[in-house]
Amino acid sequence: MTLGTLWFVLIAVLYIGYFVLEGFDLGVGILLPFLGKNDLRRRAIINTVGPHWDGNEVWLLTAGGATFAAFPNWYATLFSGFYLALFLMLIALIVRGVAFEFRSKDENPRWRSLWDWCIFLGSVIPALLWGVAFANFVRGVPIGPNFQYQGTFLDLLNVYSLLGGVVSLLGFALHGAIFLSLKTVDDLQVQARRWAQRLWVPAVIALVAFTISTYVFTDIIDKSGINPWPVSIFAVLALLASGWFIRRKQDGWAFVMTALAILLAVTTIFMELYPRVLVSSIDPMYDLTIENSASGPLTLRTMSIVALIFVPIVLAYQGWTYWIFRKRIVEKADTLHY
Amino acid sequence: MENWVLILSRWQFAITTIYHFFFVPLTLGLSVFVAILETIYVRTGQEVYKRMTKFWGKLFVINFAMGVVTGIVQEFQFGMNWSEYSRYVGDIFGAPLAIEALLAFFLESTFLGLWIFGWDKVSKGVHALAIWLVAIGSNISSLWILVANSFMQQPVGYAEENGRLVMTNFWALLGNSNVWVQFPHVVFSGFATAAFFVLGISAYHLLRKKHADVFERSFRLAALYGTIAMLLVILVGHSQAQHMVATQPMKMAAAEALWETENPASFSLFTITDQANRRDLVSLRVPRLLSLLSYNRLEGEVKGINDLQKQFELEYGPGNYIPPIMLNYWTFRIMVGVGFLMFFIAAFALLRVIQKRALQELKILKWLPFAIALPYLSNSTGWILTELGRQPWVVYGKLKTAQAFSPNLTPGLVLTSLIGFTLVYGLLMVADVYLLTKYAKAGPAPKPAKHSVAEQAYWE
Repeated sequence: MTLGTLWFVLIAVLYIGYFVLEGFDLGVGILLPFLGKNDLRRRAIINTVGPHWDGNEVWLLTAGGATFAAFPNWYATLFSGFYLALFLMLIALIVRGVAFEFRSKDENPRWRSLWDWCIFLGSVIPALLWGVAFANFVRGVPIGPNFQYQGTFLDLLNVYSLLGGVVSLLGFALHGAIFLSLKTVDDLQVQARRWAQRLWVPAVIALVAFTISTYVFTDIIDKSGINPWPVSIFAVLALLASGWFIRRKQDGWAFVMTALAILLAVTTIFMELYPRVLVSSIDPMYDLTIENSASGPLTLRTMSIVALIFVPIVLAYQGWTYWIFRKRIVEKADTLHY
Repeated sequence: MENWVLILSRWQFAITTIYHFFFVPLTLGLSVFVAILETIYVRTGQEVYKRMTKFWGKLFVINFAMGVVTGIVQEFQFGMNWSEYSRYVGDIFGAPLAIEALLAFFLESTFLGLWIFGWDKVSKGVHALAIWLVAIGSNISSLWILVANSFMQQPVGYAEENGRLVMTNFWALLGNSNVWVQFPHVVFSGFATAAFFVLGISAYHLLRKKHADVFERSFRLAALYGTIAMLLVILVGHSQAQHMVATQPMKMAAAEALWETENPASFSLFTITDQANRRDLVSLRVPRLLSLLSYNRLEGEVKGINDLQKQFELEYGPGNYIPPIMLNYWTFRIMVGVGFLMFFIAAFALLRVIQKRALQELKILKWLPFAIALPYLSNSTGWILTELGRQPWVVYGKLKTAQAFSPNLTPGLVLTSLIGFTLVYGLLMVADVYLLTKYAKAGPAPKPAKHSVAEQAYWE
């Protein structure tokens, strides 16, 4: 395996880490208005992700930084090309992060309701946009000579990419509902499970529809270096299995299954892309590939050493904090920090 | 024709970056300060230090959140607005950014979560360790971002291949002499920012004779912290300026409004320049002082703007190599002037502490809450000087800012995001200042055992 390919895999791993982790805290944010019938309950819901959302988001920062370091052309074309989408995503993540921290620090109900809206919209927008973005990676975007994006924001919005957006929105909401049922008790837990059941059917339908559309409406499979179909089938199966575990009230296994579904779905997309990083819808000669986007060997070698040492350390201490905060959240005001 | 994508992108970068750096220095310094307080609490078991930890910790957390979310923009806007810059230097510039995320951001965010939510979940020692890891994470993050920035000021460890730069020596990047003057300057400024924050708020409460146990201790510690930090800021700043004379003479010439090369060089006390016609309208100068500042002796040549312009034209071809002189000149003076003022204020406060004066009677108290603004002024002007003084270059001597922007963007797009970021940032600033003021004025939690559990929970 070349260093370029190693970094392609590592960036996939960083996105998987980001979606598996931030996926559930986005989902919890999406469900906030639906499950939070009173202020105390809304606080309990926010506190389930309180110690974790920030650390989860760093997976995105690392993915972004790693793309910059390992594939400068990928970073430059993607972020300048998806300018408006990324701007919306950044605004959403900004107000959402601040909202978590600020919301319960004032008693005024209008203050709190304002920040609750920020949490909701700040979660819906990224959850939707990530699906739109990844679908566009697969479908291809208008990239012309010199790696320049030639389209507009509207070129990113099409039936296929919007379907991708629906998949990620429903998928993260489901992932979040299951996380909530893992982290809460009593009525809140019952309600969270009910939402998980409710979301599961449309999530499965959306994922199946998206998977089929990928084969029907895009030519990615013909172009791809690896045929990812077994992986995509397992992604659907994992999502199916999560529903079965929800019904049996085995929330832990249900969560493992949605996490697995996310992992396999992202893997499918990266397998479809390989050896490209961005597909040009104008002409394959304008595709960004691992080869024409990667940094020099010294950068990749240095970054590999740093990543191989520190990714396991990060995983260890982040995992440890999840263990520290394994106890369920109860709806008692004096136990809530947010 | 004006290039509006470039102009608007520059404004956006300036606004979002200066705004981000409103929050960063306080994070750098206050994390260490809170960690010290909690360590004293763990070591001595004195309850008052726990209340101090929680009080300053709460303000720390409010400020930290703003730094984190505005930092996300920093990670992405190079690609968004400066794609050609990203392609040209990504090989080198991206690495410290990724390392920063991996080594620093994970550490600070994960352990801050543990610190906020973990009061009753881990032992006292582990809890104190958590805030130390936050402090270490924040300060490591500034190291890596300054490694990246130093490459823009003074490129090292690279080669040019096929129109872009590639890394040839990672250790040269890390050992860049610019890093080792810039990094301590920034970190100690952060410590000083925190010291003034603590002094100001402590003064507010001491004036009102409230929570004397908490705020007398805070005041004393902050006076010491601030004096040491400012002393180091000034000492390092001095060598940083000498480093600037050697590596970016044009930045220094502009910051001194020095048109002609001089030996010995004079220092400007007050200058107003007409840059378009290359002349001074007013100029008041002290002979030899600039040589003294540049080389620690009474003579030595300091290059002037006109000679440097000629030299750069020979070296890099025709073009305007003069940065905006008055902005450089005045930001430099504001930074240095405010810096010295901060040193004297902190040292004066420390003197009074050493003299064991009754702190609540100090005359300086009523001014200290306003002095919180000083470090923000010098931090911002310092960065404006650093970045504007390098113009027209984005990477010194290698790539001009005018070549670095994203060619696919339209002015409308950039204007949209510029307005959007500015509006959202403005509103968030209102909320942030509201909360900080509210909790700063409310003071620490009352001493335990006098109050109900619910009340205690509200305060904590």
